[in-house]
Amino acid sequence: MSEKALGRMRFDAFVKKIGLPTLIIAAFFIVVLIAAVILDMPMPTLIGDMLKRFGMNGLLVLAMVPSIQSGTGPNFALPVGIICGLFSIVCGIEFGFTGWNLILFAAGMSLVLAALVGLLYGKLLNAVKGAEMTIATYTGFSIVALMELGWLMIPFKSKKMGWMMGSGLRETIQLDGVEAEEIINNFLSFEVFGIKVPTGLLLVLFAFSVMIWLFFRTKTGIAISAGGINPNFAKASGINIDRNRIVANVISTVLGAFGIILYSQSFGYAQLYAAPLNMAFPAVAAVLIGGATAARAKVSNVIIGTLLFQGLLTTSMPVANQLFAGTDLSEIMRMVIQNGIILYALTQVKGGAEA
Amino acid sequence: MSNSLLSIKNVSKDFYGNQVLKDINMEIRRGEIHALVGENGAGKSTLMNILFGMPVIHTTGGFQGSVEIEGQEVNIMTPHQAMGYGIGMVHQEFMLIPGFTITENIKINREITTPNIASRIFGKQYENLDFVKMNRDARAALDKMDMGIEEYTLVAGLPVGHMQFIEIAREIDKTGIKLLVFDEPTAVLTESETENLLRAVKKLAALGIGIIFISHRLNEIMQIADRITILRDGELVVTKDVKDTNTLEIAQLMVGRKISFERKTSSGRRKNDETILSLKNFFVKMPGEEVKGIDLEIKKGEIIGIGGLAGQGKLGIANGIMGIYPAAGEVIFDGQKLELNNAKGAIEAGLGFVSEDRKGIGLLLDSSIEMNIAFTSMQIKNEFLHKLLFARIQNSGKIRSHAKKMIKDLDIRCTSPTQRAGSLSGGNQQKVCVARALTQNPKLLLVSEPTRGIDVGAKKLVLDLMHKLNEEQGMTIVMTSSELAELRSICDKIVIICDGKVEGVLPPDAPDQEFGLMMSGSRKNSGNSAGFDGGLAAIGTKEKQDKEVMSDV
Repeated sequence: MSEKALGRMRFDAFVKKIGLPTLIIAAFFIVVLIAAVILDMPMPTLIGDMLKRFGMNGLLVLAMVPSIQSGTGPNFALPVGIICGLFSIVCGIEFGFTGWNLILFAAGMSLVLAALVGLLYGKLLNAVKGAEMTIATYTGFSIVALMELGWLMIPFKSKKMGWMMGSGLRETIQLDGVEAEEIINNFLSFEVFGIKVPTGLLLVLFAFSVMIWLFFRTKTGIAISAGGINPNFAKASGINIDRNRIVANVISTVLGAFGIILYSQSFGYAQLYAAPLNMAFPAVAAVLIGGATAARAKVSNVIIGTLLFQGLLTTSMPVANQLFAGTDLSEIMRMVIQNGIILYALTQVKGGAEA
Repeated sequence: MSNSLLSIKNVSKDFYGNQVLKDINMEIRRGEIHALVGENGAGKSTLMNILFGMPVIHTTGGFQGSVEIEGQEVNIMTPHQAMGYGIGMVHQEFMLIPGFTITENIKINREITTPNIASRIFGKQYENLDFVKMNRDARAALDKMDMGIEEYTLVAGLPVGHMQFIEIAREIDKTGIKLLVFDEPTAVLTESETENLLRAVKKLAALGIGIIFISHRLNEIMQIADRITILRDGELVVTKDVKDTNTLEIAQLMVGRKISFERKTSSGRRKNDETILSLKNFFVKMPGEEVKGIDLEIKKGEIIGIGGLAGQGKLGIANGIMGIYPAAGEVIFDGQKLELNNAKGAIEAGLGFVSEDRKGIGLLLDSSIEMNIAFTSMQIKNEFLHKLLFARIQNSGKIRSHAKKMIKDLDIRCTSPTQRAGSLSGGNQQKVCVARALTQNPKLLLVSEPTRGIDVGAKKLVLDLMHKLNEEQGMTIVMTSSELAELRSICDKIVIICDGKVEGVLPPDAPDQEFGLMMSGSRKNSGNSAGFDGGLAAIGTKEKQDKEVMSDV
């Protein structure tokens, strides 16, 4: 009896440490993997896809860490950064850059652009304390809508991006035409056991993860975290919380811009118009699955969460298609899982400073 | 006794082993005004909570002893039951709906209704309100207190004094009201409003209602109460007829003699005449603890106590100096004018602060002990950092070794420097707060409520720590505390704050009654109060002592 109770206590502690959503998703992921093996699916391709999707989404998920740590909650306004990134890519193509030059130009331009926009966005968040998540969501939506006009009306000339007739940019812009498709993925890429490892992609993600990890050990990073956990404490220690919230959201927005560049080159297309609309939600879901809360997030949450979430999506779709041929169940499942997770995670939001 | 309305018999209560009431016996008679006095934390609120069956009592294991109403033992489990037994309460904060009329406020949830078609189908909730009858009842209740105001007036915009009366009217309108508790009813009233209220209370008592009157204002009690019960540290000190006592005696009994003077060994200290901190016309807007114009001088090397009752503004002083709540006035620290409303500036100037709100402001509960200790110094003084390219990264080694030293020096009981601060006991959390303040190498340490919420043994340790810091390092300490005994045990002099102003400065060994009088603010009002000759004489001597103290330091 007492043995049983002790075991139960250990189990509870374990669940609490890892987090219930993380455990459920992990279990589900394993079930899907087993199903894939049983259904005799091509595992090397599946794992290769998983790695690729993990790498291309990682940076967008990483963008959640600074905003959560600063106390403004998950960055639902990720589309703001994404638009900056896309705009930089489009400008790069317009100016005739190709290949690595295009990537580097887009990165450089989006750094400046996203920093500026992030600054304004941070100021907006400081003006709406207490309702950050709602305001962020709608800021994201609005900027997407605004840029739908922009994509149409900004007079880009490049033949590679326009419609066959009329003006404005196409909905998806092929990056193979500018020699940028999978250019980072293929850097130092190799194959083992038939699995294609996108080395460059993973290296970039790893580098940014280390940078963010280090950042939260710097003076500013520690101050940002403290302000997020307990604003009163930080204030009493003479910290300028508003400034720190802006810094954190600038970083988050820049990561969003870099994230979409990494994503687009891996995907092979730059998706304009409505595509960025719902990109924040999978990223939020991933970091929450990784064990973050709306008030606390670590780089490890990003890695674990992205791996689980994207892993589950990439494997469950072919498995579901095989099991329920001819249906669109996998897409429905993806929606259910993704939104269910966000819903669950947001109901679990705890104030930063509980005893 | 047929005249007895309420008897409280052998009531004891502890919160998780912390005894807050010990064997209380009290009796309220019909038509009696019974005053209940005591310092903050003496047990008045707990006693009233028991009487009203508040959940806080029953979720913490109930209480021992019994409560009898008119000779019948009753078991009050909820405030609603208390109402049923005819016990009412007039709250210190008004619980009125501003957009409703007086009648509606008086009758809320007890409306008089008449049936209509809809209510016959859908139930009683849909009956019409009978405003004629309701207004008549409200009028009667208001008349009982000689309130001329129309019952159909909106509550919004009424003067505070009137709101208090509406609260009372609501209670007496309840049928079968037998006992009415007034919890510091005059705290927010002006002088003339107070007069009206006291007259109304007397009138209610004359109607045969028993009154429990909780107040810090001893003059009022002398004026209207029949008997008085004094609580101190959860014990009933005495119940007396008011005519057999005086404010001086009450004040003395409230504060009591329970102090051991440890300050005698203070001769070797580096106390000197140099002023390190002076406040001039200092105001702080801290909700509930407002400071309304204070002048204060603090000498280098002394321990100053700031005392007073809760809500009088003593806590606002340190919070204002540290820039946590908006402040105005002039603060000169260490020869420099201190910029107000600038927390960073205050820390940079060399002020250390241990907040009274340990869990809210004092600690990052989810962070490690070492981070809590190092945080402020790292942020303000750029300590515990090393350079990596263009960034400044935390120097974990240095943080660890410093935390270990502090843990050893202050005897913080923990498993390791990486333990979560939130998992420590209250006393050890307090030491972490002190450790952080000391890490800043402050020239002056402001410590607020250092022993709040920690057990007796830990209290002693924290006080000894203050004493040691002062004695060995010559640290100037400004200690704010609600516990007078604590201040008297280690301070050189004690400033009593009342109503946001300095009521007076006393040496720690001043007689109890002087502390009691000053804290209750009865000293300056006492002149126009009857039966208070002894008090006046005492004030004369007190002021003389004040001067001596001033010239002393």
